[in-house]
Amino acid sequence: MFKTFKNLWWGLLVLIILSPLGLLATGTAFGEWGMDELVDEVGFIPAGLAKFADFWQHVVLPDYSVPGMEAGFGQAAAGYIISAVVGVLLVVLVISIFYRLAKD
Amino acid sequence: MHIPDGYLSPQTAIPMIAVMVPVLGVAANKVKNDLKKRQIPVLAAGAAFSFVIMMFNLPVPGGSSAHAVGAVLLAILLGPWAACLGVSVALIIQALVFGDGGILAVGANCFNIAFVMSFAGYYTYKLIKGAADKLSSRGMAAAFIGGYVGLNIAALTTALMFGAQYHLFQAADGTPLYFMYPIKIAVAAMMSEHLILAGPVEGLVTVIALWFVGKNYPALLSDSPKWIASNDKGVGSHV
Repeated sequence: MFKTFKNLWWGLLVLIILSPLGLLATGTAFGEWGMDELVDEVGFIPAGLAKFADFWQHVVLPDYSVPGMEAGFGQAAAGYIISAVVGVLLVVLVISIFYRLAKD
Repeated sequence: MHIPDGYLSPQTAIPMIAVMVPVLGVAANKVKNDLKKRQIPVLAAGAAFSFVIMMFNLPVPGGSSAHAVGAVLLAILLGPWAACLGVSVALIIQALVFGDGGILAVGANCFNIAFVMSFAGYYTYKLIKGAADKLSSRGMAAAFIGGYVGLNIAALTTALMFGAQYHLFQAADGTPLYFMYPIKIAVAAMMSEHLILAGPVEGLVTVIALWFVGKNYPALLSDSPKWIASNDKGVGSHV
């Protein structure tokens, strides 16, 4: 998987290292407010929204952070990079299924 | 653009999952049958690129944020079906592991960000590029506009899904049950930040990444994909 197109993976590694730049934009995207932000942004929490907001309880790295590593930008940046590495590995793992399925 | 859980009614979210199951089935089949083994690492790197580029949040004046996606880049390199599959894989992992986008909403998110964006961007690109070379100035302009248009149409379908909730689902006392603003506001807010900021960034990301791929592996941008058909092992040595 990594032998051919090595430079694509090097490029990706550079992006992973630079990814904490994405932390500098602290605003929440439109329509992605968390429960705590809804009160500030919208003024109320819609009943149906409250019911389904926490549907999925198994988030391991919430918002690309490592739980316990949130003190200051340095830790957040490290957590962000770890998240990027984990995400990339999982994506590659899933796509590699198709490496077996596809023909030469 | 990742819709969290709770913002869409189950009456919207569940049918979107039902739509995306067969769409991803077709995409998986297309990848399995139309792509060669040696192209799969490109898909893996492209899907991983999409995952990482979505982490680069851009500050939007007024306190919001937005980001590029990279779907149109993948569509240019491997076709829209492969792009749809690759970006969907990234989105599903983002939802499951990182809580970025909901699980109930994952069908809607894959529809907007993976399916709509890949196809809208790809056909815009094809239309503008015409017979020009991928790395020609016309090819590059087409890549920019393809990325721009693809991201914005995805933002539009997302905004329409958001806004429809306000009009369709209200509690007995008239308060909205899910997304809480009318279509007009959802479209205005989503489109202003994507038309002005995230769209041009998506265009730039598409062009720069395409240039990077072309510089390192010109064969990946060839319109006569000999490297796919031939059996030589020199795929990685086109530098």
